[in-house]
Amino acid sequence: MTDTMIKHHLTDALLMAYSAGTLPEAFSLTVATHISMCDECRARLASFDTVGGTLLDRSEAAEMGADSLAATMALIRGGAPVEKSAARRATHDLPAPLRDYIGGDLDSVRWRPVGMGVKQAILPTSRDATARLLYIPAGASVPDHGHRGTELTLVLQGAFVDEVDHFGPGDIEVANEDLNHTPVADIGADCICLAATDAPLRFRSIMPRLAQPFLRI
Amino acid sequence: MACIARIRDAQDEAAFARLFAHFAPRVKAFLMRSGADATLAEECTQEVMAALWQKAHMFDPARASAATWIFTIARNRKIDALRKQKRPEPEDLPWGQDPEPDQADVLALQQESDQLGDAIAALPEKQRVLIEKAYFGDLSHSEIAEQTGLPLGTIKSRIRLALDRLRHAMK
Repeated sequence: MTDTMIKHHLTDALLMAYSAGTLPEAFSLTVATHISMCDECRARLASFDTVGGTLLDRSEAAEMGADSLAATMALIRGGAPVEKSAARRATHDLPAPLRDYIGGDLDSVRWRPVGMGVKQAILPTSRDATARLLYIPAGASVPDHGHRGTELTLVLQGAFVDEVDHFGPGDIEVANEDLNHTPVADIGADCICLAATDAPLRFRSIMPRLAQPFLRI
Repeated sequence: MACIARIRDAQDEAAFARLFAHFAPRVKAFLMRSGADATLAEECTQEVMAALWQKAHMFDPARASAATWIFTIARNRKIDALRKQKRPEPEDLPWGQDPEPDQADVLALQQESDQLGDAIAALPEKQRVLIEKAYFGDLSHSEIAEQTGLPLGTIKSRIRLALDRLRHAMK
């Protein structure tokens, strides 16, 4: 599933926040899915995890309860060893973290039309941010929009082009308040993306704005 | 690090007690800085340390130091218990099932971790505090993105090494 053709990677700030465990769940899902496809970001994450380990190793100590070790040994005796999960690669068209949220592969997604051939499926995450799958037919576009917060768009299949660049499978676009863009699916194939936002999108034309409360975009 | 192998191979309680003495008070302090009260932090720390025992067979010293591995377990417990969220993890790589990791890899990794620790300790106070806040004090992701004083260069200089190690491990 890893792809050496990936050109657009995660930012240091996102990797650090994922390592520190401070991202909203929808962002963590998108980051975990990209890392499943990208060995370079996997290695960069290992560096950020090492920072966390080093800080922990050299941090100040709190005082433990008097019977803390004994209580922990009791927990251990009462529990079972955790099974090592088998590597779940190959024979799937989506990375494992995303499959866990969909409950299967792409054929189990329950798409809802949002107009002009574009379809979406909102995934179940905590409410501080939203994760959705987007299906954009070849050559079609997502309405021109800006962002109040941060929007991550990860290409799973096909490709899209916007004012910034061309994004292919595994590429992730990190957009903030400064970017208004109109992603257009590559003419060659339908494009499927995973998109995460921490604030509602801002559409520039009136029709998508009117539909927004109903579509939850 | 050798302690975890002894827990895995011989259920060595003395080895576990040594790891506990060093890491449990630090895991508890980490959870308290992240917003847990002393009672919740104590309870979660015991769970983290019990998970360490139960997952000892999954620890690979060529991929992460003991401190890094324990940090990831404690962080996941923090997200679960304090933030009440799930933590999506990347798909695991099909690493070769190598029961005895290459000692040269293990040593190199430990040296890199030590050097990184020294580099962070040598940072100006203000920068070091920012890194600690990003990891322990719940600086939000947008706050991290806006922080211009974060010494990412120090971290990035270690990234090359992580990449090389990953390529080596995947051979």
